[in-house]
Amino acid sequence: MRIPCPTCGERDVGEFTYGGDATVARPAMDETDPAVWNRFVYDRENPRGAHLEFWQHTGGCRAWIKLQRNVLTHEVGASELVGPWSKPSEKDAQTKRQEPVE
Amino acid sequence: MGHYSVFSLVKNAMTGHRNWQRAWRSPDPKPKYDVIIVGGGGHGLATAYYLAKEHGITNVAVIEKGWLGGGNVGRNTTIVRSNYMLPANTRFYEWSMKLWEGLSQDLNYNVMFSSRGVLNLAHTPAQIDAYARRGNSMRLQGVDAELLDRDQVARMVPGLDVSEAARFPVIGGLCQPRGGTARHDAVAWGYARGASDRGVDIIEQCETTGFLFDDQGRVSGVKTTRGDIRAAKVGVAVAGNTSNVLRTAGVERLPIESHVLQAFVSEPLKPLIDTVVTFGAGHLYISQSDKGGLVFGGDIDGYNSYAQRGNLPIVEHVAAMAVAMFPNLSRLRLLRHWGGIMDMSMDGSPIITTGPLEGLYLNAGWCYGGFKATPASGWCFAWTIAKDQPHALNADFTLERFHQGRTIDERGAGPQPRLH
Repeated sequence: MRIPCPTCGERDVGEFTYGGDATVARPAMDETDPAVWNRFVYDRENPRGAHLEFWQHTGGCRAWIKLQRNVLTHEVGASELVGPWSKPSEKDAQTKRQEPVE
Repeated sequence: MGHYSVFSLVKNAMTGHRNWQRAWRSPDPKPKYDVIIVGGGGHGLATAYYLAKEHGITNVAVIEKGWLGGGNVGRNTTIVRSNYMLPANTRFYEWSMKLWEGLSQDLNYNVMFSSRGVLNLAHTPAQIDAYARRGNSMRLQGVDAELLDRDQVARMVPGLDVSEAARFPVIGGLCQPRGGTARHDAVAWGYARGASDRGVDIIEQCETTGFLFDDQGRVSGVKTTRGDIRAAKVGVAVAGNTSNVLRTAGVERLPIESHVLQAFVSEPLKPLIDTVVTFGAGHLYISQSDKGGLVFGGDIDGYNSYAQRGNLPIVEHVAAMAVAMFPNLSRLRLLRHWGGIMDMSMDGSPIITTGPLEGLYLNAGWCYGGFKATPASGWCFAWTIAKDQPHALNADFTLERFHQGRTIDERGAGPQPRLH
């Protein structure tokens, strides 16, 4: 598996450290409902197919990136740098809008 | 099915071994059962077996999308141990160990369980202290544990590099003498035969595609590629596919991530390692099968995956660790290597519970320790399904524990599935 780093180009997966599901949105700091925080910390969609995820290029530029990858085929798609300049994805925005189930 | 014995062996030898019966029946699914188990792996088959044997519930179907033994029960490194520290885990895995010790007799099927010992190597004084603490915790709970110094380790594993020049010099270890290995395929086949003998229908090549609900919204069966099958109770034991299967029942999120774990078998050798050696500092576990192949594995690849195959950095890492500990393996060739999908839970401990929906029962979150748990997992899951409440042995393995602050985090690694 080779991952495209927006700054360094396509590099071997061994240079990267996994950062988990990038569609999980951190609740606002003034959120007081424990259920919302529990969902953020523990609950995952764990899809079998397209997955948006964080990786850090620890063996390279050390930037955090968001990568689109198919977890069934290991097919790697586009990546983008993560930072205050990156726009939240459509799925992020949906996740933030969702009301807690409990 | 005939009883296996020396007499049945002699009788079949006389006729050229052409008249052995199939070990389990292959029926078509009935429209309705008392209990359906989704997933014909080790845990699902064990559950069906103990439902029939311990609870007299024989109108049971096990639904398997592929063939028996094709999933993780046939993809593990066959290690059996109960060297845990936290009480919930120790109790549960020790019960599993006790079931292992009598399993071949119980099933009338040789699962080749071999108490050859499981040795964890220590490389630092801090590790020895931690092992002493874990060993004491185990012994206080009635589990065997022995703290070894370097010379004892060298005598136990002659091929191991215990010299000062080793990459990670060994200073001792923690051994569980009753631990060992078992023939993984035989576990699946033995449970399948035992369950089938007692009336359980094992339905292979039948994928569960969704769930049926009654008027009250209670789960009342499953939709499969071979038609709808109804049942009052549906147990799900599908390991790495848990999130995927439960999504078809409307459960969108679980405290589980699916990750790929690779395992390796070398070409056969003369006897070299007669125990199980685990090397936690670099993460390697290695044993030798009765055919002579070295069976070993290491860490999960560390990213979400459903692919049943991993990537080369882990292959290289595991091989490097093997050679670091056993320099005499450096010119050994790999015979086979493969991947399996682990249901990594958020605290590294399993889930055996009623719910999360009415009429549904869940057995999941085995991380990469599911094989040794097979007997107790089936035993506890059968109890939970039969009595609609958990046994004391699995009462702590709830799905709610994550939201209640009752996680069972053996490694203290926090909610990071890739670190457990």
